[in-house]
Amino acid sequence: MAFIWVAITAAAVICGAANGSMAAVSAAALDGARAAVELCISLAGVLCLWSGFMELLKQCGLEAKLAALFRPLLRRLLPGACRDPETMAAVSGNLSANLLGLGNAATPLGIRAARRMALGAEGTASNELCRLVVLNTASVQLLPTTVAAVRAGCGSAAPFDILPAVWISSLLSVSVGLLTARLLERVVR
Amino acid sequence: MILARLSDYLIPLLLAGAAAYALGRRVDVFSALTAGAGEGLHVVLRILPPLVALLTAVYMLRASGALEVLTRVLTPALTFLGIPPETVGLLLIRPVSGSGALAVGSEIMQIYGPDSTIGRTAAVMLGSTETTFYTVAVYYGAAGIRRTRHTIPAALAADLAGFLAAAWTVRWMF
Repeated sequence: MAFIWVAITAAAVICGAANGSMAAVSAAALDGARAAVELCISLAGVLCLWSGFMELLKQCGLEAKLAALFRPLLRRLLPGACRDPETMAAVSGNLSANLLGLGNAATPLGIRAARRMALGAEGTASNELCRLVVLNTASVQLLPTTVAAVRAGCGSAAPFDILPAVWISSLLSVSVGLLTARLLERVVR
Repeated sequence: MILARLSDYLIPLLLAGAAAYALGRRVDVFSALTAGAGEGLHVVLRILPPLVALLTAVYMLRASGALEVLTRVLTPALTFLGIPPETVGLLLIRPVSGSGALAVGSEIMQIYGPDSTIGRTAAVMLGSTETTFYTVAVYYGAAGIRRTRHTIPAALAADLAGFLAAAWTVRWMF
């Protein structure tokens, strides 16, 4: 993360100087910091709501049922996480929210899983944690509702006619991501 | 349109359904919700610092014009791979900014029409990928991870595969 941050800011400074847009870059730095706080505040309510929802599912036993549903798939993908029922439940919730296109609900659940998987790792991402994050950066939605809404707004005849193409692309993207992670996990320590 | 209607029902039904089921199982619904929500607040505090760092860098990059330079450099290579040159800007902003990508994508759909090949490609690209750097920052920030190892390369490989697949499937299916 340190390297990426330095690379992004260095690129911004070099390009800003070359384009003579340094004033804009300087203003953007402060804008970005403010946007992060705004994003966090807008995220706070949703995060609290879905964390509360998960607690409810846990107490009434629905969480365990959901986890049992995803067990066959997750046993191969995240064998270590499967040994801990609570991590397993959070990952299952994260995946189902992603599939339903509820990105806002998926994030708190994914965070919960990631925090449990990072316990005792001393700040280094394990192979399984990398896999979980790659799964979430690659988006596995069955119903891309936001994009469909934008298409409808632009006057599309059938906003959802892209569904099969989205499914194929998502599937390919996730597979390539997980394969790359598999290959790289032996090289990057 | 039925699908759009269905998705309107999804969240309210999920919330009400789970609460009703929990009540039937004699769970104290309200205190379970508030206990979980309190936990969510701790997570918010943990993800704020990494988000401040990341968004500052991303906003600087956007304002510097670096993305336009990259677009110009990468367009020939990406056109060769079958990606429409009009969507290259979208492809570059997608991993760093979700709202930025949505803005660029909507603009493409407005200019070329949502049912054109270019408009459809942009829509599929938006639907099949995520804001990679934001996701990594939020997850690892909350989990206290400093060494991300191979996460970013693997995630970017997934993004690239998604973009290529979007361009190819749209050309093949429509």
